[in-house]
Amino acid sequence: MKTIILQTASNYLLPLLLLFSVFILLRGHYLPGGGFVGGLVASIAFVLHAFANGLDKTRTLLRLHPAYFMPAGLAIALLSGLAPMLSALPFMTALWYPTPAPVVGMIGSPLFFDIGVYLVVTGATLTIIFTISETA
Amino acid sequence: MSQTVILLPLLFQFALAILLLFFWFKVPVQRVLSIAGSALNVAFSAALFVAVWQNGIICHNAGNWQPPFGIVFVADTFSALLVLLTAIAGLAVSVFSAGSVTQKRLKFGYFPIFHFLLLGLTGAFLAGDVFNLYVWFEIIIISSFVLITIGGEKAQMEGAVKYFTLNMLASVMFLTAIAVLYGLTGALNMADLAQKVLLVPNRELVHVSALLFFVAFGIKSAVFPLYFWLPDSYHTPPPAVSAIFAGLLTKVGVYALVRMVTLIFIGDSSLADILAVIAGLTLVAGAAGAMMQTHLRKIFSYLIICHIGYLIGGLSMLTQAGITGLVFYLVHDIVVKTNIFMVAGLIYKIRGANSLKNLGGLYADYPYLSLLLAIPLFSLVGIPPLSGFWPKISLITAGMNTERYVLTGLILFASFATLVVIARVWAEAFWKAAPQLAPREGFEYFDDLTKTRRAFILAPIILLAGVSLYIGLGAENIQALSLRIAGELLDAGPYIKAVLR
Repeated sequence: MKTIILQTASNYLLPLLLLFSVFILLRGHYLPGGGFVGGLVASIAFVLHAFANGLDKTRTLLRLHPAYFMPAGLAIALLSGLAPMLSALPFMTALWYPTPAPVVGMIGSPLFFDIGVYLVVTGATLTIIFTISETA
Repeated sequence: MSQTVILLPLLFQFALAILLLFFWFKVPVQRVLSIAGSALNVAFSAALFVAVWQNGIICHNAGNWQPPFGIVFVADTFSALLVLLTAIAGLAVSVFSAGSVTQKRLKFGYFPIFHFLLLGLTGAFLAGDVFNLYVWFEIIIISSFVLITIGGEKAQMEGAVKYFTLNMLASVMFLTAIAVLYGLTGALNMADLAQKVLLVPNRELVHVSALLFFVAFGIKSAVFPLYFWLPDSYHTPPPAVSAIFAGLLTKVGVYALVRMVTLIFIGDSSLADILAVIAGLTLVAGAAGAMMQTHLRKIFSYLIICHIGYLIGGLSMLTQAGITGLVFYLVHDIVVKTNIFMVAGLIYKIRGANSLKNLGGLYADYPYLSLLLAIPLFSLVGIPPLSGFWPKISLITAGMNTERYVLTGLILFASFATLVVIARVWAEAFWKAAPQLAPREGFEYFDDLTKTRRAFILAPIILLAGVSLYIGLGAENIQALSLRIAGELLDAGPYIKAVLR
């Protein structure tokens, strides 16, 4: 599907949607949102880009095969769970930095867990969609 | 810090699976990592087992939330033992996979998914919370769906559809049962449930929930009449996958059932009666099925069902001797069933055939190998002093003491049926003259494999044969262990106290 309108729009929509996905990811701790939804929005951004410009262009944009996002995300989530064990607290205890950072808000190990989820969801969705559109 | 030992096998397995995902396109690296990691995991699981053996029940409150609200991991002797057995069977199958599974299948992420399966199993054995148990079950079935369909042959897909449908049904039942129980008590933590279920005035609903749990775990552990999916699906994937399924997947259902009956639904005598009837029917159905089949792995699949009957039968007696027999049989069964499916895989690799009709002459062609293969085969039958013999004494004693004569009779019948079936396998596959078969095109015969790959196929069979010899010859140790576990299971007090402190 090559339409000039969608192509032009997707160039602006991709960064906008990615920014929005990060916003959803960050507000997720107490409000609706979080890593899962954020990850879905991020993958939609790339899928839209692939629709407008073709799969190969999106691939070069991503550089890495999306399958690698999954272990990376899982590793971040696991490490965020392991971190409190360094100070002899149980696995997955929430550790928070006492003062909130500007823009991002509170930073702590649950945030990193959510970032892990975000990457896993993006990786899984993109892998599935890329594989299907390759064979179709 | 002593608490963290409980998470070692779990977190290590998880980290290993993640690491393997990073090497998705590099199968040789995966092979080395999987075998080395599995070996290390045996050491971690042994450390957990020793810690539990010396200090009693260990709990770990994930996220530092106190029970009954947080998710808690609990290791009593039973859980720690099963984690150790999972690690041993996992090591054996990991090595066996490296030798026997074809490259074509390995490159679709066989090893990472295999370790996710082991992660799910370890987690299920350590979960101290019914909902968390459900989540681990989901991890187990999702990974097993991938393993059962990997390669995508037509027969595999057919088996996988049956496997998928019934297991999903079981999961839905399981979830419904949890929901009913949660509605009644407002608790999900098993120790908390153990206290609260006793106080619920509405006994009928407790009963309904118990039956739903029983149906769910019954499907998963393949008891009569919900076993049809098992013999239809277990012979289709590569032998390595069948081996881990046979050794552990049905047993995790039995484990969950044991936990439910001994911890949450205590003293429900009508449930015990249902269990006894189901156990008897499972013994007969499995034995009859095994005698009818000629496909080697289908025979063994029916024997799985048959021997689940022993376990459920032991559980239905709810006495010290009955549970001791159950635990001992479980230990023996995990080791031997894993091994016997690897044996079936080896025979398939040697001859390129699965049906008893097309097999034969193994003893004439490979005398030493046949002696090795005799160990798992006859351990399964339980010829003394091999491992299957000892737990049956406990089971039969318990059956006599609880006056379940029919069940005791059926246990004896199933033992003889197993003997007949294995004798037939031995006579047909090992002693009969080999029928002339045309060599199969493009099939990797055992004799044509490289030395390393042959060693990879033989080493795990030798390892597990050694373990089952130890279970048979060092039976007094396993008996002492089973007695201690039976004591722990029958008296839920210390478990509840350890979790709720």
